[in-house]
Amino acid sequence: MADLVDRLRSLNRFWRGVIGADKYDRYLDHHRRAGHTHPPMTEREYWRARTEHQERNPQGRCC
Amino acid sequence: MTQVSGGGAAGQELPPAAVDEDVLLRERRAWTPLKIAIWATIALLGGLGWVMIALVRGETVNAIWFVFAAVATYLIAYRFYSTYIEDKLLRPDDRRATPAEYAENGQDFVPTDRRVLYGHHFAAIAGAGPLVGPVLAAQMGYLPGTIWIIVGVVLAGAVQDYLVLFFSTRRGGRSLGQMAREELGRVGGTAALVATLSIMIILIAVLTLVVVNALGESPWGVFSVALTIPIALFMGVYLRFLRPGKVSEVSWIGFALLIGAIVAGGWVAETEWGQALFTLERTTIAWGIIVYGFVAAVLPVWLLLAPRDYLSTFMKIGTIVLLAVAIIVVRPEIDAPAFSEFAGRDDGPIVAGSLFPFLFVTIACGALSGFHALISSGTTPKLVEKERQTRFIGYGGMLMESFVAIMALVAALSIDRGLYFAMNVPASLTEGTVEGAALFVNSLGLTGVDVTPDQLATTAALVGEESIVSRTGGAPTLAVGLANIMQQFIGGPGMMSFWYHFAIMFEALFILTAVDAGTRVARFMLQDAIGTVVPKFRDTSWRVGAWICTALMVGGWGAILVMGVTDPLGGINTLFPLFGIANQLLAAIALAVCLAIAARRGHVRYLWIIAVPLAFAAVVTITASMYKIFSPKPAIGYWAQHVAFRDAIAAGETSFGNAGTPEAMAAVVRNTFVQGTLSILFVTLAIIVIVTAVLAAWTSIRMGGRPGFEADEIPSKIYAPSGMIATPAEKELESEWAGKVGTTVRAGH
Repeated sequence: MADLVDRLRSLNRFWRGVIGADKYDRYLDHHRRAGHTHPPMTEREYWRARTEHQERNPQGRCC
Repeated sequence: MTQVSGGGAAGQELPPAAVDEDVLLRERRAWTPLKIAIWATIALLGGLGWVMIALVRGETVNAIWFVFAAVATYLIAYRFYSTYIEDKLLRPDDRRATPAEYAENGQDFVPTDRRVLYGHHFAAIAGAGPLVGPVLAAQMGYLPGTIWIIVGVVLAGAVQDYLVLFFSTRRGGRSLGQMAREELGRVGGTAALVATLSIMIILIAVLTLVVVNALGESPWGVFSVALTIPIALFMGVYLRFLRPGKVSEVSWIGFALLIGAIVAGGWVAETEWGQALFTLERTTIAWGIIVYGFVAAVLPVWLLLAPRDYLSTFMKIGTIVLLAVAIIVVRPEIDAPAFSEFAGRDDGPIVAGSLFPFLFVTIACGALSGFHALISSGTTPKLVEKERQTRFIGYGGMLMESFVAIMALVAALSIDRGLYFAMNVPASLTEGTVEGAALFVNSLGLTGVDVTPDQLATTAALVGEESIVSRTGGAPTLAVGLANIMQQFIGGPGMMSFWYHFAIMFEALFILTAVDAGTRVARFMLQDAIGTVVPKFRDTSWRVGAWICTALMVGGWGAILVMGVTDPLGGINTLFPLFGIANQLLAAIALAVCLAIAARRGHVRYLWIIAVPLAFAAVVTITASMYKIFSPKPAIGYWAQHVAFRDAIAAGETSFGNAGTPEAMAAVVRNTFVQGTLSILFVTLAIIVIVTAVLAAWTSIRMGGRPGFEADEIPSKIYAPSGMIATPAEKELESEWAGKVGTTVRAGH
């Protein structure tokens, strides 16, 4: 049972990763590891920065 | 889980960043009885699959054999051929940090778990392409298409994706265009840039043509696909203001709304006002998409593009898994012949031309797709954690797209053959009526084909459409095939119309996402190109420049789209070869750049790994272009058609061939001129790129290798295994890292 819950949990993590839902968590992780002293962006700020970044760096989608 | 040296681990002695190469090779070459048994089973099942589809000639062949043949071949190619390329040609080194590690910025440079990145990369490369080409190529029977999709991906398509991904990773995530400029100099680099831009225009144009053809005179389809725009806008606002960052949540909401839109479409299409409002002419839909394309490209990304992309990724992975399960559970029988009557002729009514080279350009995506080079360079390399993972992501990701193409082929072939032809033959031959279609299809003299007007009308009613005659473009045919398979899996015949529109919806969704993103990428490329002359254009936040360049790109694909929609000869059948040729030429360009890079590294002995698919792609596309330019048969040669219609007009005729009016004749003259000119442009640019690349490679070979443009080596301080499943040695090193620096909240497991 615990094994199944574990599996489902990792599947969920995988899914969140693929669709890009975990980006803020990963940013926080990056921020912590980079040893910055300034506080990290809030979730709202992060996603605004992210779309602004996308605005300048478009990424292709194939046929 | 990836192990990284955290902030607190500074100064600590880290474990090695790579498994020792000898240990890896020993592991790979250690053949335990269990391993031998597993691979022997895979080989036997694959062999059995190939025998059943290629040699056994029964009444029908079961779809499960396609799955066996394909999957076993992929596994064997991945295990043996891709490792060969890794060992001999690329030689990745996990001790080197990847751009994702050394340039990590929490935005586009982010080390990403390999399994997550695999899903990411797959969602970026796969779309409607592999769903459409195989359907059109089914005209020649199932075997030529199946062999090309499977063998092509193993020796060409996956190789291209893998090489481009690896080389771009070694160069800090450079784009194909930048690498071309470095390797080929100004002439080759400029030709590569112009080719890429014009190829993107034709790709987007043909994809949108597929959508228009699927939605024409279909109130249900128009209503539900149109609703995806407000759904995406709602998701955008939700993510921006209501619940920032709740991507998973909003994707589920979007998905539920999407299903709601499909169901509601069925009700709306039943009502009088619904039919009056949403039964649109193809030209109207085309203009609608052109306006949409422009607006989508200039709106802020958070409002439309980003949420649509979430929805599209969600649907892509979900539906493809669903489809695979359905095909395995339902196991449909296929009664199409291995080689149809059209395999040996060049007068097929769906795509004209002989099997060689036209089969190989009709099926581009799924076997060899040049467009992938744009994703494999630039986007994915900035996310790869370790160099050795490029094999799993690049080569493995493309194998998955190939499997999607096989599933599309199976689905399209599972429908009645007469129905298949009635749906895909242009309206100029069927007159758009069930009687006309039955008459024409039965007159083709195909064995076992006897389609009745009644059958065509019944199928249309079953899928909830007014008519299914001459619904060209591949998408509707695939949707009927899918609906037929899915209703046996979930819902029964009563659900047929839902599944049909579900399929149309996701194909349209994939295509519109590609249109949004493609227009934007092309706009940036154009701004960059114009910027070399007028520097102001380089500033991508300059509104006027952005609008001008967007308008130019949308105008480019829009013009071709309108031309295709109004083409008296059918549109798809005249334009699709150009789509395939363009995509394969881009592949040839990408492979040529890879050849120059590999030669510079001095691996002469193993250059054949690139030279073989390059030569094949070059021969196929150049031959196909020559046919399109020089063939004296009007159905095949654009210029022959052009001259025939021009002469007819000059002779004072008012109708000629499939064109019933002087206006239609003038349209054919105009269209064939554009198509012929594009053919000449593409092939000329591609030849320039290939020749400059071969010359550059030759110079490198003569010199025994030259200093390359790779980024400086930076030692890696993270570790992660390379494939889907970690080997024992990889697991050991992984746990050593976990013990030393702990695990992080990285994406993945």
